[in-house]
Amino acid sequence: MSVTLVFVEVQNGTVKKASREALALALSGSDHVAAVTFAAEGAELAASLPGVTTLYHVTGAGDLYQPDVHASTLEALIKEKGITALLASHSGRSRDLFPRVAARVKASLVTDCVEVDLAGKSVVKPVYAGKLMARMRTTAPVSLLTLRPNVFPADLPAGKGSPEVVAVAAADVAPRSKVVEVVAGEAGKIDLAEAAVIVSGGRGMKNKENFALLQDLADALNAGVGASRAAVDGEFADYDMQVGQTGKVVNPKLYIACGISGAIQHFVGMKTSKIIVAINKDAEAPIFKKADYGIVGDLFEIVPLLKAEIEKAIG
Amino acid sequence: MNIFVCIKQVPDTEASLSVEGGRKVRESGLKWVISPYDEYALEAAIQLKEKAAGSTVTAVTLGPARADGVLRTALAMGATAGVHVETTEELDHLTIAHCLAAAIRKCGEPDIILTGKQAIDGDAGMLPLFLGEVMALPAANGVIAMEVADGTVKAEREIEGGARERMELTMPCVIGATKGLNTPRYPSLMGIMKAKKVEVGKFTPEDLEIAVAEQSVMVEALSAPEEKAPGRVIEGEPAEAVRELVRLLRDEAKVL
Repeated sequence: MSVTLVFVEVQNGTVKKASREALALALSGSDHVAAVTFAAEGAELAASLPGVTTLYHVTGAGDLYQPDVHASTLEALIKEKGITALLASHSGRSRDLFPRVAARVKASLVTDCVEVDLAGKSVVKPVYAGKLMARMRTTAPVSLLTLRPNVFPADLPAGKGSPEVVAVAAADVAPRSKVVEVVAGEAGKIDLAEAAVIVSGGRGMKNKENFALLQDLADALNAGVGASRAAVDGEFADYDMQVGQTGKVVNPKLYIACGISGAIQHFVGMKTSKIIVAINKDAEAPIFKKADYGIVGDLFEIVPLLKAEIEKAIG
Repeated sequence: MNIFVCIKQVPDTEASLSVEGGRKVRESGLKWVISPYDEYALEAAIQLKEKAAGSTVTAVTLGPARADGVLRTALAMGATAGVHVETTEELDHLTIAHCLAAAIRKCGEPDIILTGKQAIDGDAGMLPLFLGEVMALPAANGVIAMEVADGTVKAEREIEGGARERMELTMPCVIGATKGLNTPRYPSLMGIMKAKKVEVGKFTPEDLEIAVAEQSVMVEALSAPEEKAPGRVIEGEPAEAVRELVRLLRDEAKVL
């Protein structure tokens, strides 16, 4: 019996939407789906995992992510439980964990997939930041895949039973490296990779202080704030806000580009957004050829108007 | 310190790409550069060398003959030696990690290996961690700040939502660099002249006894993604245009 295992991440006590996307995909293509979590909530999550047969709840791994402990625990699960595929959302955690596990079990690993055929061992992932798409075949007995957030449906089957919870002790290994501390980011900062709406600023923002204007608009939309490379290189914005080929690739339903010209290296980082809005005073800016809706004008005038109008619309 | 830095040659970020033969990037007319994240690794390596007298920086690359270009750039920036694992085969990242690890071992025991958090062609983000696994060394990826002292690397890595993880790694170790770690220098004219004359070490995967016949991941097809049709510019006075935009977002696009 081949089992598909899903690595489940938890935020604020509930299964992350991006993890539900991985679960839904696994359940659509495999009869035997198990889940694994390192979260303290453990057994309490079972009720939100309908259709999953077993939930492996790892205990004793400590409060901090320790790469070697986590990787060895998953390595043992894969080897002992007949796992042929391990799925996760393409998150900060899976990005670090999956390569370590893949090397240990000599698995095929493809990250950031946007199409997956589990039975056919065929996946599609964007390469060159999405300038091209690559169809890849995995040939090893075990496949590890991470899925781009906001691409796959997150609906879990209704009317199915909850999994049996099985406690698993974390692997007892001498770690090669050690995480000593996590320094929290700004409270409430929305992770761009999973954001549903992003407001982004470019060279046209002129300075760091002006980004407060974008934050106001973002707050009205419950959005994340992004930036172009020009804005980051000009030190108007932090690097973790950069969207583009040398920053984050994002996939929201709405992307509002303010004062961004639309260089290809930026565009590829956000072009799969469902709707792109451009606000730029230069009518010739390439962004207008790519945006669904554009307004030619002064962003310092347009953005506050837009915030007020959005508050009225969704108020 | 015996410092190694693994770099990859990729098309420039401004390049528009097209496909030939269904599974290859058309190479004619492309400008090739060091993958941007590898530049941060290279700069960090050169800074470490400058701080510890008697250190060497060996730049290692894997790729076809044209990849020699990135070794020349690395040497011009301040690397002291270059190694080229020359192959035209398409290898998966685990095989590449085995090749690079074997090439590094041929040149001596490393104290630290640096590379970029991902190459901007395959966008896989696996190599630094694969190198750590195949060499049985501690590894951290996405490193935005680091401090090297007394045989330990204290590294800060970016995680999500602006949070950072502080890690301690006993040397030798592998560090995957990201933007923010430093500002890469430009090669000097004299460096460029000198770099041309350096003889780089050359290996093939066969020389390194790495099997390339079986790949765990194979690219079957490359294609250009569907481009959506250009949208429309909303005309009118600012207040009027904004009202129309919000109406379209709500009623037509249904994203509000």
